[in-house]
Amino acid sequence: MAGDSSSCGGGGGGCGANCSSASAADDAPEKQLGRISIATGAGASCGKCGGGAVVAVAGGVGLCGECLRAHLFGKFKLAVTSNAMVRPTDFVLLAFSGGPASRVALQFIHEMRSKAIESWDASNSQALPVFGMGAAFVDESILSSKPRHEVELAIEDIKSIVSSLLPADKAMHIAPLEDVFSTESVDGEGRLRELVGMVDDDTGREDFLRCLRMLALQKIALENGYTKIMLGSCASAIACHVLSATVKGQGYSLPADVQYVDTRWEVPVVIPLRDCLAQELTLLCELDRLKTLQLLDKPCSSINSLVASFVARLREENPSREHTIVRTAQKLKPFSFNKFSANGYHDFLPSRLRPKFQNVDSDESTFSEVLCIICRSPFSESELQKLESAKHEAQKKTDLYTAYCCQSCHFQILPGGVNLYDHFFSLLPKVWTERVDTASARHSSLRDQIDDYLLEDDDDGN
Amino acid sequence: MQSAPSTRAGSRLCVRCGERKAALKRPKTLEQICRECFYVVFEDEIHRTIVDNCLFKPGERVAIGASGGKDSTVLAYVLSELNNRHKYGLDLFLLSIDEGITGYRDDSLETVKRNEIQYGLPLKIVSYKDLYDWTMDDIVKAIGLKNNCTFCGVFRRQALDRGAALLKVDKIVTGHNADDIAETVLLNILRGDIARLSRCTFITTGEDGPIPRCKPFKYTYEKEIVMYAYFKKLDYFSTECIYSPNAYRGFAREFIKDLERMRPRAILDIITSGENFRISTTTKMPEQGTCERCGYISSQKLCKACVLLDGLNRGLPKLGIGRTTKGGAGADGNGERPGKQKERNRSSLQGKHGNFDF
Repeated sequence: MAGDSSSCGGGGGGCGANCSSASAADDAPEKQLGRISIATGAGASCGKCGGGAVVAVAGGVGLCGECLRAHLFGKFKLAVTSNAMVRPTDFVLLAFSGGPASRVALQFIHEMRSKAIESWDASNSQALPVFGMGAAFVDESILSSKPRHEVELAIEDIKSIVSSLLPADKAMHIAPLEDVFSTESVDGEGRLRELVGMVDDDTGREDFLRCLRMLALQKIALENGYTKIMLGSCASAIACHVLSATVKGQGYSLPADVQYVDTRWEVPVVIPLRDCLAQELTLLCELDRLKTLQLLDKPCSSINSLVASFVARLREENPSREHTIVRTAQKLKPFSFNKFSANGYHDFLPSRLRPKFQNVDSDESTFSEVLCIICRSPFSESELQKLESAKHEAQKKTDLYTAYCCQSCHFQILPGGVNLYDHFFSLLPKVWTERVDTASARHSSLRDQIDDYLLEDDDDGN
Repeated sequence: MQSAPSTRAGSRLCVRCGERKAALKRPKTLEQICRECFYVVFEDEIHRTIVDNCLFKPGERVAIGASGGKDSTVLAYVLSELNNRHKYGLDLFLLSIDEGITGYRDDSLETVKRNEIQYGLPLKIVSYKDLYDWTMDDIVKAIGLKNNCTFCGVFRRQALDRGAALLKVDKIVTGHNADDIAETVLLNILRGDIARLSRCTFITTGEDGPIPRCKPFKYTYEKEIVMYAYFKKLDYFSTECIYSPNAYRGFAREFIKDLERMRPRAILDIITSGENFRISTTTKMPEQGTCERCGYISSQKLCKACVLLDGLNRGLPKLGIGRTTKGGAGADGNGERPGKQKERNRSSLQGKHGNFDF
């Protein structure tokens, strides 16, 4: 997905794994290693196994390559298992950008699966199936200036990386971003270009693309029967997202984006690398010689990149700052959709873990948040109030659509002049606007039924 | 984007009144307006903030924390204007703290003394020397330039309250502006301080205490305050503290300035975020008690000022600095630098790896 799966949708702030690696990956691996292994002199031995030379410091302990790997895999696995992210019956789609974060996610989930297959083979009953998996790459090259042949080479690389782990051919999905329009428009390419071109704000355009990217992933998942989407969003990407969301006034909806589980979408999204730093992941790719590639050439004039460079400076001052930022955001109250709550969902959990989820579920209200049609952020109190009054004043569909945009999308994504709104909304993917249509249709069909008996046009009686 | 055409506003008309020549680009909105309209919108916004948030009641005595700097000078000026214009019925006072910093505070206090005459507001000065028997000069001599801001911040907070009590005021107003508050929001996120994060955007704090404090400039941009002071030719003091030039603002401040350049409304957006954060009401707030020694509000047995003072008097100035005693220090983020947080091992979840057998 043009380099950025680590930060799609629920996850990152448009940078993270990619930004940090872009700055350090190719030209200065030594520098990168040097920075991460501060505080321990060269030649110090691993604080965990006492064996190999220290390559990184995590949690105040110097780790050798092997222990770093175990440390990261442990975090990943703990996140997956203790949140019931992947059930034996699941079919997991990994959003793979080629960057270090999603590369590690691919490696780790593949490993978990291989182990599960091994134990399945060995078990007597073979009662539980082993989850299936695939990978998806969203090709955004149509919007970038990269020459076509470079993109094609990169896609070949991505295919070869994935096929080395997942032999089945159908497990790799490469979809151009314009495919989000495939069912409703002949010229998806033109429509995408026009739509994106209407967003004036640089930051808004980046965020808008992220929304479209998530839609593309959802589409791939739905069409191919996947039941979960896994993103490579890592702690660094999420730290960036925490700050950029704050800066964009999205403080209310922020906690929705920093949880392991996000069921706002038709296909739930999970982010098991939430507790790993981009630097650690990049280092692991180098140590294990995991091939990564960078397909990103994004403009650096957005708030997202300003935040990314701010976070980079903070990291230099204190390497665990990103963890602190993520932890702050985790202390905010999550939403009801930030966990799996369907009946029977946790049946496959080990009995040891099951009570933890069942207790939480019992007193949970149902999913009732109003979400922005573009970015799917839950509406805050004041946004809800505005929406209510706008609903009553809405003359035409466009007014209604506008009312269903959160204040942040309203400012940074909707086009400059109000007169352009009609056109803009007509270009948006239908799935987005249809949500509003069905909601309002329900209301007006009720009204139609009693229309003959109403004496005034104004429903409120004022 | 949102920016207005960047051509220098030579002959443009003010977008607000459409009559006079535009003289400036308003930092908050980038609208090109004339000077008169700038005064009107600037003062009106503050008036609205005061009215919408019910900051004052008629007949109240209000102390303006006055340092002589731009924020408090503009605050004193605007507040006395609005008080007259909109008949708030407030008794206003200037309250200054003399930290005892030669070459800095003595000069800025001269400014406040001139303000006293210019605005006709009675002035009360309380000094560290009188309250604690230590001046900042003495403190720096004793402990050096490291951590001296901690002492100053803790002492100032208490000194303001003590001065206010002497003046028998009902409220203290401070010149904290939108940039300050946005910065505090960010710093609290960077530090993981969820309790402070939840209250740092309150426009009024300390309502349960003896003297509440409020910030009428909560939504006012620093740049506009400077602009106002500049055009109104207000008499203010603009030297930085000699003991912490540039020190306590650091990265976050710079970041906010960069942001503002890119998107002026970002400052307001940060405040909005801060107001809307979903912080569960069960978040632990420090329990408020009183200091056994001086009777000042404190969450510990002794208030922070007494602990610090104790250290100074016993020749152990490191006492009370650092992580052991939390809370009480510094008004929401002012002065304190982000302390080094210890990485806590957070795998409290049972078992090393929840073994999940497929």
